[in-house]
Amino acid sequence: MNVRAIRSIYVFEMARTARTLFQSIVSPVVSTSLYFIVFGAAIGTRIQEIEGVNYGAFIVPGLIMLMILTQSTANASFGIYFPKFTGTIFEILSAPVSFVEIVIGYVGAAATKSIILGLIILATAGLFVPLRIDHPVFMLGFLVLTAVTFSLLGFIIGIWADGFEQLQLIPLLVITPLTFLGGTFYSIDVLPPFWQTIALFNPIVYLVSGFRWSFYSIADVSVGVSLAMTFVFLALCIVTVWWIFKTGYRLKR
Amino acid sequence: MLRPLAPCPPSSVDTPVMPPIISISNLSKTYASGFQALKRIDLDIDKGEIFALLGPNGAGKTTLISVICGIVTPSTGTVTVGGHNILTDYRAARSLIGLVPQELHTDAFESVWATVTFSRGLFGLPADPGHIEKVLRSLSLWDKKDTKILFLSGGMKRRVLIAKALAHEPKVLFLDEPTAGVDVELRKDMWNVVRALRASGVTIILTTHYIEEAEEMADRIGVINKGEIILVERKAELMRKLGKKELTLQLHNALDAIPAELARHKLALAPGGKELTYTYNTQGERTGITALLDDLARANIRFRDIQTTQSSLEDIFVGLVRKDQ
Ligand SMILES: Nc1ncnc2c1ncn2[C@@H]1O[C@H](COP(=O)(O)OP(=O)(O)O)[C@@H](O)[C@H]1O
Ligand SMILES: [Mg+2]
Repeated sequence: MNVRAIRSIYVFEMARTARTLFQSIVSPVVSTSLYFIVFGAAIGTRIQEIEGVNYGAFIVPGLIMLMILTQSTANASFGIYFPKFTGTIFEILSAPVSFVEIVIGYVGAAATKSIILGLIILATAGLFVPLRIDHPVFMLGFLVLTAVTFSLLGFIIGIWADGFEQLQLIPLLVITPLTFLGGTFYSIDVLPPFWQTIALFNPIVYLVSGFRWSFYSIADVSVGVSLAMTFVFLALCIVTVWWIFKTGYRLKR
Repeated sequence: MLRPLAPCPPSSVDTPVMPPIISISNLSKTYASGFQALKRIDLDIDKGEIFALLGPNGAGKTTLISVICGIVTPSTGTVTVGGHNILTDYRAARSLIGLVPQELHTDAFESVWATVTFSRGLFGLPADPGHIEKVLRSLSLWDKKDTKILFLSGGMKRRVLIAKALAHEPKVLFLDEPTAGVDVELRKDMWNVVRALRASGVTIILTTHYIEEAEEMADRIGVINKGEIILVERKAELMRKLGKKELTLQLHNALDAIPAELARHKLALAPGGKELTYTYNTQGERTGITALLDDLARANIRFRDIQTTQSSLEDIFVGLVRKDQ
């Protein structure tokens, strides 16, 4: 294992984050606060508690998930797409590093950034609503797993993308809609039975449900299933990344 | 187990065989587009030499370098660097290599110091600020070490790329058209660096179309055209073998045509009729100059001046590539 190479890539990526610290942190914090003001304060006052949890507090786990998913994909996809775009990828390809090491460096940095963001949003939320975390270990576990999984997905998108539009495409067309339909702002119990069944095909339902359980011990699907689905998704991403590197897909000519 | 001492075959006594630092055999590359950029290349690079790869645009120079460095996957054939296969033993092979690419692929927002330090770490070496400082100073980059690459000129970016390639103390250095569009100052600096590297035993492979540079710097020259190596030769040998000389005579009186007495010599009459050019091969046993001068006297042609010119590597190169077409 070329640990120094991993560290170099990781440090390089974190330095990129640090340079854009302001946008990186301020914009998610501002938009999350807006969600609280709109959904929590304005709408929340009209909405009853959901399963004994204040509505503002109820949406916190979903909001954090929303940020983690979008930030992880955006970060990781940009992180690997940009060297491809500028040509600096030549150095990574010609260095004595294995594909596993490249992935650990890039995905590790992207995941770190979104975990930090997630925690910042959690702290911000604490200013608006009363928070309770019943299962902190699970909470952190879901946070890390989701950040890693979606950073891997972002990495895949970044390698696949041929232009900046494609970089936006999957997050815009797939991830954002699935997140909004994934029970971020509501329990899927409120959906008509037919849509509840449909919702179960949405992987994000499992992430949000599990994550919310770690806060309030309430869940749409059982935690075991949530955890299992998260791992399935992670495994899917790992296999795809492995295949990309096995075949040199879009990296080597 | 002890092996009995075998008597050395006589040939190996006077020519100690050093394994080549790079060995390429039967290498071809067909891009996804179906275009075959390299056709069954066989080439050995000796340890410590400066090898110049010459060829017109699109000949496959960059492709060849990219395969060796791991950026482009070969279609057939094998390449070893320092005895390590570039595919199965890529870590060991790549650790030996430094690459300065043809294009100015640099980060924008990093400082010079950060990007060069990054390169060293990427190759798995422990931090060594002393070495980085030495490299930056040798490339006149020291006072720019904290500058963001974004603010550097093209020539300075080229220097940064060289510094990055040298950050991990490579044993083999590839310079892909290092002086294309580069100012005189940088060229001078660069050749000083190259000379110093070579003196320390580093093998250098460069591509260039500034043929004077190959002529000045290289020990051996390979000519590549349309994906095929058409010639590999020691530079001196190449000059000797293919070097043509021209003898030019400035005549007193203009000629209308080359007189019959001189027909057996390969002569060309310049427009205006006042200049005769005789082309001969320096490697030939006889140059035919004496006979020519005798015949000139016989034809009563008098000349005011006489000069000879040796063809440059460029002429040789152009001649080779044209012949190949
Ligand atoms: N990715 C690619 N796909 C298809 N053809 C390519 C690719 N890269 C280079 N080529 C072609 O291969 C040939 C050799 O290119 P290159 O190695 O860059 O030549 P050189 O460096 O000698 O100018 C050129 O005709 C070029 O158009
Ligand atoms: Mg080239």
